[in-house]
Amino acid sequence: MGEGATGSPRLPNLWLRARILQGIRAFFVARGYLEVETPHRVPAPLPEAHIDAPPAGGWFLHPSPEACMKRLVAAGAPRVFQICRCFRDGERGARHLPEFTLLEWYRAGVDYRALMAECEELLVHLLATLGRGPGLPWRGNVLDLAPPWPRFTVAEAFARWAGTTPAEALAAGTFDELVAFRVEPGLGALGRPAFLVDYPAECAALARRRADAPHLAERFELYLGGLELANAFSELTDPAEQAARFERERQKRRRDGRADYPWPERFLADLARLPPCAGIALGVDRLVMLLAGAETIDQVVAFTPEEL
Amino acid sequence: MYKAGDLKKGIKLEIDNEPYVIEDFEFSKPGKGQALYRCRMRNMISGNRFDRTYRSGDVFKPAALDERRMTYLFTDGHSYTVMDQESFEQYQLSEEQIGDAKHYLIDNLEIDVLLFQDRPIGVSLPNFVVLKIVRADPAARGDTATNVTKTAVVETGFELQVPAFVAEGEKIQIDTRTGSYVTRVK
Repeated sequence: MGEGATGSPRLPNLWLRARILQGIRAFFVARGYLEVETPHRVPAPLPEAHIDAPPAGGWFLHPSPEACMKRLVAAGAPRVFQICRCFRDGERGARHLPEFTLLEWYRAGVDYRALMAECEELLVHLLATLGRGPGLPWRGNVLDLAPPWPRFTVAEAFARWAGTTPAEALAAGTFDELVAFRVEPGLGALGRPAFLVDYPAECAALARRRADAPHLAERFELYLGGLELANAFSELTDPAEQAARFERERQKRRRDGRADYPWPERFLADLARLPPCAGIALGVDRLVMLLAGAETIDQVVAFTPEEL
Repeated sequence: MYKAGDLKKGIKLEIDNEPYVIEDFEFSKPGKGQALYRCRMRNMISGNRFDRTYRSGDVFKPAALDERRMTYLFTDGHSYTVMDQESFEQYQLSEEQIGDAKHYLIDNLEIDVLLFQDRPIGVSLPNFVVLKIVRADPAARGDTATNVTKTAVVETGFELQVPAFVAEGEKIQIDTRTGSYVTRVK
């Protein structure tokens, strides 16, 4: 903090950031993905219980490009990616900025397992682009990024690090705390990236349920060095079920006194044409933090809101 | 009232009728989950600390703290009496509440007293005070190097290191944040 105006101590990280962005683009372009830009200002953000979109001139700044990206897949683009700024009110900390950069990509014809492999391949590609080996110095240790990366179901991770089950934690209202303060540090201590997979269905408003275990959602989170880096789903493609879930999220929002958004009609209409697909959002700022060895998100952006 | 989103390091809250300051603060938001505000709280009276995680929707009462300029009057060895410069009301502070400030208290020193619900709970001193040296070893003969120090005692009984050239009866400026000698005062 306090370096932004004159910039010099942060400039090496901005050079690294630029190379990472260029490396990400090269990776997806080579795989036949269409790079898209969708509007940042939208009339109807998808209702999620704990994410607040900042109001902007009667509409809202998007908290993620998810709705527009899926509409493009529904319109016939089987592989799309976007790198864009996203906005979330009230999120500020050592790993959070209220305006931050997401990489989202969507791929038709696959499920969330294919995206786990693609995460591994993306990181391998970026390390090669940067001329780096698989050992990543991070907070006094070395993370081994060589794939394949271990996978833990949420149930396994809770048994191992939280001493309870996800269902009990949800019933007690402690699920989020146990993830943040037990599971995340536990995964971080592995010294390797790890996927946390198969969330309780109520923790994934936009994900498909597992056909063989409908109480679970086909969702994963990628953790690196204790940082939550990416969130992915096999996408829910059933407009009726999606509408019912949005209604539940809206009720939670009302109960918590959060803003009511207009109903996302066009999104739900297009969902009927969405082919089976999987999608993922990856925090670019946090990826730069990891590759730069930066302690805080402040060190990898040109300016923080406090410096403006 | 504060909301959970207002919490940060240094914010002072009233909990169970006692003032607390947030000493450490961490914002977390596990994917798609609720915002968590992990705080290390210090009781501003007892000094006790505890960790607690708050969530969005929690509300907090700001601690009713008031800082007033007062004059230090005297001590009976156990409690320290100060006087509000505007109301002339006198307050007593315990040795614990005074803390290290006792090393620098001379009659009529102006200090800032922190009050919670009109009870004094702590003091803050000026960064620099001037005190007279009442006892100091004589400088060793021929000792002219400026980095040579010796022990001296000031009028409050506080002992510190001073340069060899400073003599008994002289006044010196002391940095109250570090307890160290700054300069000689003519």
